Amino acid sequence: MTTIDLGLPGLGGLAGVPTSDEKQSAKDYKSDQEVRWCPGCGDYAVLAAVQGFMPQLGLRRENIVFVSGIGCSSRFPYYMNTYGMHSIHGRAPAIATGLATARPDLSVWVVTGDGDALSIGGNHLIHSLRRNVNLKILLFNNRIYGLTKGQYSPTSETGKVTKSTPMGSLDNPFNPVSLALGAEATFVARALDSDRKQLTDVLRAAAEHRGTALVEIYQNCPIFNDGAFDVLKEPGERERRLVPLRHGEPIRFGANGEYGVVRDAEGGLSVAEITEANAGSVVVHDATREDPSYAFALSRLGGQDLAHTVTGVFRSVQRPTYDDLARAQVEQAKASKRADLRSLLHGNDTWTVIG
Amino acid sequence: MSVSVGNGASPTGSGVRRLDRVVIRFAGDSGDGMQLTGDRFTSEAAAFGNDLATLPNFPAEIRAPQGTLPGVSSFQLHFADYDILTPGDRPDVLVAMNPAALKANIGDLPAGGTLIVNTDEFTKRNLTKVGYDTNPLEDESLAAYQVHQVAMATLTKGALEETGLSKKDAERAKNMFALGLLSWMYNRPTEGTERFLREKFARKPDIAEANVLAFRAGWNYGETTEAFAVTYEVSPAKLAPGTYRQITGNTALAYGIVAAGQLSELPVLLGTYPITPASDILHELAKHKNFNVLTLQAEDEIAGIGAALGASFGGALGVTSTSGPGIALKSETIGLAVMTELPLVVLDIQRGGPSTGLPTKTEQADLLQAMFGRNGEAPVPIVAPQSPADCFDAALEAARIALTYRTPVLLLSDGYIANGSEPWLIPDVDTLPDLRVSFATEPNAPDGSGEFWPYLRDPETLARPWAVPGTPGLQHRIGGLEKSDGKGGISYDPENHDRMVRLRQAKVDGISVPDLTVDDPSGAAKVLVLGWGSTFGPVGAACRRVRKNGMAIAQAHLRHLNPFPANLGEVLARYERVVVPEMNLGQLALLVRAKYLVDAISYTKVAGLPFKAEELEGVFTDIVRGVTA
Ligand code: SF4
Repeated sequence: MTTIDLGLPGLGGLAGVPTSDEKQSAKDYKSDQEVRWCPGCGDYAVLAAVQGFMPQLGLRRENIVFVSGIGCSSRFPYYMNTYGMHSIHGRAPAIATGLATARPDLSVWVVTGDGDALSIGGNHLIHSLRRNVNLKILLFNNRIYGLTKGQYSPTSETGKVTKSTPMGSLDNPFNPVSLALGAEATFVARALDSDRKQLTDVLRAAAEHRGTALVEIYQNCPIFNDGAFDVLKEPGERERRLVPLRHGEPIRFGANGEYGVVRDAEGGLSVAEITEANAGSVVVHDATREDPSYAFALSRLGGQDLAHTVTGVFRSVQRPTYDDLARAQVEQAKASKRADLRSLLHGNDTWTVIG
Repeated sequence: MSVSVGNGASPTGSGVRRLDRVVIRFAGDSGDGMQLTGDRFTSEAAAFGNDLATLPNFPAEIRAPQGTLPGVSSFQLHFADYDILTPGDRPDVLVAMNPAALKANIGDLPAGGTLIVNTDEFTKRNLTKVGYDTNPLEDESLAAYQVHQVAMATLTKGALEETGLSKKDAERAKNMFALGLLSWMYNRPTEGTERFLREKFARKPDIAEANVLAFRAGWNYGETTEAFAVTYEVSPAKLAPGTYRQITGNTALAYGIVAAGQLSELPVLLGTYPITPASDILHELAKHKNFNVLTLQAEDEIAGIGAALGASFGGALGVTSTSGPGIALKSETIGLAVMTELPLVVLDIQRGGPSTGLPTKTEQADLLQAMFGRNGEAPVPIVAPQSPADCFDAALEAARIALTYRTPVLLLSDGYIANGSEPWLIPDVDTLPDLRVSFATEPNAPDGSGEFWPYLRDPETLARPWAVPGTPGLQHRIGGLEKSDGKGGISYDPENHDRMVRLRQAKVDGISVPDLTVDDPSGAAKVLVLGWGSTFGPVGAACRRVRKNGMAIAQAHLRHLNPFPANLGEVLARYERVVVPEMNLGQLALLVRAKYLVDAISYTKVAGLPFKAEELEGVFTDIVRGVTA
């Protein structure tokens, strides 16, 4: 097996997507469809954030595509005045992979949920991360099945009592960030539906990343799992639970920065109260580390009880994308061999019958 | 290589007997290289200008236990000086490389047939392994045949003594010894094989030389021993003038897809997952990226078709290839393609089912799956190739329908035509159909609102506009939810749904397909044989035989299974009896009975092998006699 160095330049996520000089506003991204999520649903906030930040990208609207699967969040494309496909359960990453591979001039976004991405579509999710196709995946995690009216999901905490688990759920939940890092995703981030600023920052970083960017968004479902993330929003609680990441800065949190992430004796990461004695050992966040185990260790700081929840960009590294490489192979083949249909059909061994 | 062959008679020397056709079957252990041997003999016959048809038959296991019955692999080749339709029912010559191969195949050799046996493998141990109590080469059990006992392994090792190759390596070339011997017997050209071996083993010149030596040793063995009194000659066939090559069904399908991309001026994206017997389509297409073909080996069947559909949404020709089990997995996405009305070509290389079934054997039992195997009313056009070379045209036709009508199209090939080969009259590229499409570029709302309505249909084809992302002003959203007629927004309106279900059906029903033609040379037939797919060869051969016996019979073969040709009902009504032979339990028969209320006779077989012409001849003869009696 020989590998070919394609000498691809380090491109941004939006390279090749035509830009627009037109002044755009959030309104331009609103479609004529009436939004039909339940009142108070966290999806509204995410939609507003996406519609609000899209104009900042300065892209031509017609070169943006939203692809979704099935679930409450997967209605998202209908509300965006871009191209869109509301596909079938779990398959959005696969469909988006074909689209992004065929069309380098598009900014392709996948909108999915915890059930869509991690249950029925788990295989496609990990493989798109592994391939590093130039896609942005927004995973709305509400830790419940909403559209089917309230069964537990693959991110529900163990013991969750729902319609389908009246005596409590039995299975261990996925941590989507850990899962993505296990698949060696090149960009992984987490944000809260309620934190517009952080969400916007993370979305912009994702858009500019070339490769598959997974953004987990904690999203409240007031109907079937209300308050699932309240502890991360309540004053007093949120300060000691939320661990925001900023690239190049020491990881400190708490109302007065009294906590921090430090290397523990075994070489792993843990949360500690920061004193003068250990202030020097606070980890400085570096999202660009090649080895995913550091970001993975960050993702493990918080358990299913949300005692600590790390947010922001865990990892953002450069790796050639599948779609760029696939297109480069086509170009290479074209350069080395003319597309001559006649000679293809004839091959090397023909014979002629004379009438 | 290019050989010009006229119609002049070949010189016939002494000891050379002229034959018009021969069927040879090479049989051995799956590690014996029988497929390669058969392939090479086929290439020689093709280069010589014979018409030919082949039937590879091998176990699903890559290396089944050595010397056992399940491990037997065979390759049957029929070549002739006239146009033939099948690989032949029974071999005239059987080459058996071991006792298992003999035991598994001798039942097919007619009395008087030629049997060439590699005696080296007939050891006590090997005989017991397959249940021979006595050595059939020593008892009377083979008395009905002309048996040639040849110590192929010993002779091969002897010929390679000088090469310094290990005994084991030397012995592995014994298939080339067999090929050399048969090439001598049938006066085949040899340069092609020698060149092929040198190219194939270019990186291992000593192995290449060993194979060439073994091949020549086999040839010389025939020439010098007196065991074989005569050699045979099968003259080139009088095929239609033109340039030919030998081609398998899967290669022809892959070429058809490449051509469809070129003729439509669209990039092709094949999204697929390896599965027997379809994987060779992926292998072939992966070689032709210079034709703007992207091949994506996905994580599973569903992702394969998903990627293809995503590419179609983006304005490419999306293609996926699989076999029956893969179709089952892809069904939901095919339904999405029906709903989103995007072009998509789905290649189903059918194999024995249900479930994993018989992966390497042939069957036609996916017809009803193709027709109905989705939730809801989800009509999908279906086309079927009738022979290996015909796969090229069938692929173009599938692409034409998909692109014109914006619909997924199912192409039903099967293991028999996928792996079988025949000469292909290479078409003139300039005569291939124009498949160019026009994408939507302008808003189309009939109310003058300047909006774009993604479900406003072409009144002729009922196809919806194909507006690809990147087109300004035509931003729209499609998906699996029911859409409102015209405007294309989500709609739960009962009347709209009823209308859309009927519109999707009407679109498929209205696809223009050529009328069915009937082959009835005398015009006096009262019985019609209606076939589809790979049964074309055996059905045609059987009809010829029936006619040779002085009876009239008509044959019609369906390229289009959905929709049926418009004249099918009228054709069926013209005959007193209609017989439908199929390699399933009567799926086409069910469809024509339901649609045309015709009392069709269903003749079926699901043995994993194609019909034999002889068997069908008997069935047809009985039916013809029954009608005239
Ligand atoms: S069920 Fe929950 S997630 Fe779904 S729309 Fe309603 S609030 Fe939102």
